[in-house]
Amino acid sequence: MNQAIANQTTHYALVVKKDCPTCALIEPVIHSLANNETLSLKVYVQDDPSFPADIDDVIDDSSLEYSYQREIEVVPTLIRLSDGNDAQSEESRIYGWEKKQWQSFTGIEALGAELIDFKPGCGSKTQDPGMNEVLALRFGKQILQARAVELAEAEDIMEACYDRGWSDGLPVVPPTPLRVMRMLNGSDRDAAEIIGKVPPDNVSCSIEKIAINAVMAGCKPEYFPVVIASVEAALQDRFCMHGLLCTTYFSSPVMVVSGPVVKQIGMNSGINALGQGNRANATIGRALQLIIRNVGGGVPGGIDRANMGNPGKYTYCFAEDESDENWASLSMDRGFDRADSVISLFAGDGLQPILDQQSRTPQSLAKSMAMSLRSVAHTKVFGLADAILVVCPEHRRVFREGGWNKEDLRKALYEKLMTPGTEIVRGANDIAEGMPEKFKDKVLNKFRDDGLHIVTTGGTAGMFSAIIGGWVASGERGSQLVSTKL
Amino acid sequence: MQSPTTLLDPTAELQTSARQLLPRLASLAGATIGLLDISKPRGKEFLDEVQKHLEQAGAKVKRYSKPTFTRVAPTELTQRISVECDAVIEGLAD
Repeated sequence: MNQAIANQTTHYALVVKKDCPTCALIEPVIHSLANNETLSLKVYVQDDPSFPADIDDVIDDSSLEYSYQREIEVVPTLIRLSDGNDAQSEESRIYGWEKKQWQSFTGIEALGAELIDFKPGCGSKTQDPGMNEVLALRFGKQILQARAVELAEAEDIMEACYDRGWSDGLPVVPPTPLRVMRMLNGSDRDAAEIIGKVPPDNVSCSIEKIAINAVMAGCKPEYFPVVIASVEAALQDRFCMHGLLCTTYFSSPVMVVSGPVVKQIGMNSGINALGQGNRANATIGRALQLIIRNVGGGVPGGIDRANMGNPGKYTYCFAEDESDENWASLSMDRGFDRADSVISLFAGDGLQPILDQQSRTPQSLAKSMAMSLRSVAHTKVFGLADAILVVCPEHRRVFREGGWNKEDLRKALYEKLMTPGTEIVRGANDIAEGMPEKFKDKVLNKFRDDGLHIVTTGGTAGMFSAIIGGWVASGERGSQLVSTKL
Repeated sequence: MQSPTTLLDPTAELQTSARQLLPRLASLAGATIGLLDISKPRGKEFLDEVQKHLEQAGAKVKRYSKPTFTRVAPTELTQRISVECDAVIEGLAD
């Protein structure tokens, strides 16, 4: 008979923390369970093993190992185990304090009879902000595979990153395992997933390597999906990242972000949109450059042969202003929907202003822009370099008030950029540079088909649009604008 | 592993994580070699001898000295040596 009772002993584990008023409330219940000879109870306490008072074998779980492995979200949590020795033997659990539930769960009718009927529990310490990644590193499955670089005690952590050649010249955020874990949690992609081969060394690039470089660039985890999408775009064959990196020309990836993600992660599409000061704009563009440098091995003077480069090779990323719903976004021009979040990559260089404070008609302004667009690469070189025309909000207003949409502007620019070959062939106007002689009797457009892209960004004051000139190897023989949906 | 002095390698891990030595000179002929006297006693006599050997091997020698052996070389001095020389030999002891 006694043996039979022993076999029927029910095993429980209870996880509590002293700091929780509900746990404090049920202290008498814990005592009555601990003193009940028909059951066995192990009490795990997350913050202070002197709680609950007068219970001898409280288990100190201040490391949170048990709570993490048991995936405790709320304290108190009472778990019924099929076997007191088997940590994996959970049958069921209850949490918080609900008198009737505890009474039926334990089969003890009068349990906590003197207490109030209901009091919700508190968050487990495993749920504290940032704690999940700390515990995952300490007790979870090993998901980080990158080589761990141990620094010597005397090494300055910032200098150590410079010394190893990981920086673009500006300080980087040291990529500690914890920071990388947090970055990885910004996306649901598997850390080990290989997303492609990064030029110029054409080495396999994992989501983890992207995360490490995103940390160094200064990204927040919420930017991480955009960074991943930018790498996926850069690795598309149409973008020709390898050639773009090798060129002696100025160009480098220019990133345009469109759609809801712009506001979700707080990107700047207003005042100073292409300038400094916004963390997302600054760090997302930088992350892509660091990946090409660190994973791909693309280092200036090595495979990167740019004779001057351009300041955008640190970072070149901005968001579209989509406040005018009748003006198509770049992503819509590329076949996406306004509701899609899209990143587009363009092989481009610095910014050339178009000042026009006098035009009040679409016709005048379009002609004005066309004249400026002729300067891309060289006024006598046609069809080699694509361009992005960055229309400022005030100029967009001139078009809209004149009844034009973006397609009307595109058509007008196309017409105004048609030029007789005689004006631009080599030697014309006493300038040796220009188009080959065979184009003399033709009429040429400044841009190849699909070679002129139009976006809007910037502050609402200032009649200053801009041109982002493209690589002189634009098109199928070189780089084409690519877009990736998040 | 979670020590603050552990970093994760951001590269493709094709190279060692330790600091790389600069490329070594293939030959002394025509190279400019700096001799840095750290200002320990009798450094001059020793380095004079080193200079002779270097010059016999076809190197051009430039001499430098630190203000005091007790401190690291001033930045201005290391910059000058890096601009003017292909390699440097530093006299380290008495």
